[in-house]
Amino acid sequence: MTTLIEQLTGVAPDSPLGRAFKARAEVLRLSEAAHDAVLVPRDGGGLSHGLRAALAARMCRHLGDDALAAHYLSYLAHSAELDVAALAEVNGVCGDARQDAMARHADMLTRSPREATRDDIAALKTAGVSEADIVRLAELAAFVNYQLRVVAGLKLLRDVAVP
Amino acid sequence: MSEPVHRFTAKIPTWSPYVTPVELATATPEQLAAMKVTPSNKGISPYVLTLAHDPESLEVRSPLFNLIMYGKDGLPSAERELGAVGASIVNRCIYCTAVHASRFIGLTRREDVIDSIFADERAARLEPRLQAVFDFAARLSTTPIEATRDDAKKLGEAGLGALEQLDLVLSASIFGWANRLMHTLGEPVA
Repeated sequence: MTTLIEQLTGVAPDSPLGRAFKARAEVLRLSEAAHDAVLVPRDGGGLSHGLRAALAARMCRHLGDDALAAHYLSYLAHSAELDVAALAEVNGVCGDARQDAMARHADMLTRSPREATRDDIAALKTAGVSEADIVRLAELAAFVNYQLRVVAGLKLLRDVAVP
Repeated sequence: MSEPVHRFTAKIPTWSPYVTPVELATATPEQLAAMKVTPSNKGISPYVLTLAHDPESLEVRSPLFNLIMYGKDGLPSAERELGAVGASIVNRCIYCTAVHASRFIGLTRREDVIDSIFADERAARLEPRLQAVFDFAARLSTTPIEATRDDAKKLGEAGLGALEQLDLVLSASIFGWANRLMHTLGEPVA
């Protein structure tokens, strides 16, 4: 089965990079499993599948990856959670204090994680985000940033590869 | 009395979480499985106990991380560590930088490389192959992403083959993940 990373990077299977993909097939498989664990977990806690998809699309838009954003928007559409759809926009708010605080935190985690302090976690708690949900949100944002950078890096390798 | 560490160092600090870690005594079977708790393995770190709040992610991330950093063939271990350091410098994760800078030194005995990086951070001047590896990892870690085709081309020119280049993308990117947990859910203290 072709993984999302392979689909998005379109690397020719018989190229040197394509052969490198084969050598790292287990990494690609585990990356796909990680995607499922943060996007559609069995126990999502206070982060619904729709909210996760909306935040993932928002983070992809911060990095200008339209193809990956479209992937998460399809998950959002599938969830039919209209109340969180506005959060998929870069500056979108949905009017729910807890979810809007999570969106602001996802913005910071994507754009300037180096600025993170104890106060950011305190702000989430004040907005009513549970400690377990703070960890779930961090994993979601961290995974999406991993995936965005893997895809971006592999596209660069693909583009300069000697055939 | 321990104090937060704000400067880059190769001396590994302690990590102190901002959220209450899961307690082993009250952990669910799924959390215990994700933490790999067994009768002979009960020394679980505060970091892993914190991540156990999301056992489904933890269960997948641990083997993925180990495979990317310690899998066989491809990019030499020291250069995977340098990729990790490049990302961690950009994201200013003091703890991750300390762990992986010390591993780089352990593998290469090249304290001078780490000294240069700590002194000049992204402006550090290194020998060509290490420079290409460090710069690509750092430039893939910024938002927006600064890495260009030119940076990718430099990897090939520095002698990295396709699998090595793929391994570098993976090791830098997995620290885009690790830094966003380690640096935002707690702080290094010493």
